[in-house]
Amino acid sequence: MRVLRLLTAAALLWGAALSLQAYRQAWHPLPPVSSDILYFRGGAAVSRVALGFDAILADVYWIRAIQHFGGTRRARESDRTYTLLYPLLDLTTSLDPHFNIAYRFGALFLSEPYPAGPGRADLAISLLERGLAANPKRWQYAQDAGFVHYWYRQDYKSAAEWYDRASRIEGAPWWLRSMAASTLAEGGDRQSSRQMWLRLYETTDDTWVRNNAQLKLQQLQALDEIDALAAIVIRHTQLRGVPPRSWNELVAVRWLAGIPLDPSGTPYELRPDAPGGVALSEQSSLQPLPPQFLKKSDPKT
Amino acid sequence: MGRVIGLVAYHVFKESVRDKVLYNLVFFAVLMIGASYLIGQLTAGQDVKIIKDLGLAASSVFGLFIAVFIGVGLVWKEVDRRSVYNLLVKPLRRHEFIIGKFAGLALTLFVNIAMMAVALYAVLGFMLWMQPGLASSAVEAPVLDEQLLKAFALLYVQLLVVTSVALFFSTFSGPMLSAAFTFGLYIVGHFNADLAHFENVVESQAAAWLGKALYYLLPNLAPFDVKAAVVHGQPVTAVYVALTAGYGLLYASVMVTLAVLVFSRRDFK
Repeated sequence: MRVLRLLTAAALLWGAALSLQAYRQAWHPLPPVSSDILYFRGGAAVSRVALGFDAILADVYWIRAIQHFGGTRRARESDRTYTLLYPLLDLTTSLDPHFNIAYRFGALFLSEPYPAGPGRADLAISLLERGLAANPKRWQYAQDAGFVHYWYRQDYKSAAEWYDRASRIEGAPWWLRSMAASTLAEGGDRQSSRQMWLRLYETTDDTWVRNNAQLKLQQLQALDEIDALAAIVIRHTQLRGVPPRSWNELVAVRWLAGIPLDPSGTPYELRPDAPGGVALSEQSSLQPLPPQFLKKSDPKT
Repeated sequence: MGRVIGLVAYHVFKESVRDKVLYNLVFFAVLMIGASYLIGQLTAGQDVKIIKDLGLAASSVFGLFIAVFIGVGLVWKEVDRRSVYNLLVKPLRRHEFIIGKFAGLALTLFVNIAMMAVALYAVLGFMLWMQPGLASSAVEAPVLDEQLLKAFALLYVQLLVVTSVALFFSTFSGPMLSAAFTFGLYIVGHFNADLAHFENVVESQAAAWLGKALYYLLPNLAPFDVKAAVVHGQPVTAVYVALTAGYGLLYASVMVTLAVLVFSRRDFK
């Protein structure tokens, strides 16, 4: 009975304390919490004072890097700065130089063009170079560096050099050598880009990278489908003198089996202002399509 | 002699149980279970690595606090409560008292570390059971990697070194100072490599020798830390473990011997 009375008293006091706190906050709101604090700058210095807790500190910085990237992507466009992304990744990898995914993810995060990312392919390459210095047998980092040059910088010569470098690392798969050659010969080609994403999809050990590769493969597929649909729309325009007003017109004449859907399941749109008159819906999860291929999707150009 | 030491050790262990030291295991278990749920949402597929890091780091922190805060009170408490007078009039020699105290705390730490290892494997096993795909995605090291035991073993020996240092200070100093000294040596023990290479930063030959002497004198704790290597599946050879553990056990023996020496010369009249 005494215990019950004490517990009740404790609960009442706690409730009163919470009410007071809520009342005070109503009059004096809490200051906003800024997540844009790095705490430390030099990775090497933090590693020295970590006293054997480097790995868990690296995990903390890794979680912060993910939160910073994800939070900034979701922020209003004017607030998207990504200023802490590289320092956070630098700290993570300095504290744990074998943090594989921090190099691979980090490079992709850094390379994503603004506003989806900071668009700093140069920093991505620098991160991967540091990863290779710490883990010389990780041919995947050299593959990723080639990939960053290929996809984000459209620098096919550097991409080929990195693929060649990756292929010479012990344990690297045979196809990296042919990838180096084809990148140099057919750089910027949609088919070779597809091969690149497919290889990344097959070789990655991480779900996020695999999902990202799958998205890019679907985007490339959508670009091919838009080309094919644009050809039909142009043919219709040439025959009838006007472009089709809806997909149903093309379905009715059996030029299409049904309303065409993109790989995410969203219908394509007929848009006179789009190249070829066909575009990906704004509602599609595949938006935005890779800009370097958008011009090529116009069959008229 | 062995029986007497065993009795003292048993009572130290019993006292730590009575003092609710083992409650930290409950906290550890709650931390691991909570983390295994939350971390999956935050870490973009790195949950196994981070759970391993967290489990090893938490074991290290809890073990360190037990070793220091119980270690510094092992002798001091008996002196402060004057129960040491009653003990020393019994057929108990001073070295048996000190060794027994050390063995008792070593047993407490062993139970703690062993239970934490079991809890970490249980959480990892549960994660694997819930997400069988983890087995194929864990490319660096298996989810239920037996190499983790090497990290726990070296952690235990490191804690024995810390305990012996705390016990040594406890024979002639109060708990506050002993804790400060022990933590100080723990920190210095992680910077020992700097002392070994002191000649690279000073011109004075004498200072370089002093640095080298301190390197050998002070406990070298950094080699006991193989947490990151184990989590990344890097090889930690049995020879390395044996050599490092051997160094730790010998260093702890030296500190216990010094503690016996100091305690034997204390005048309790």
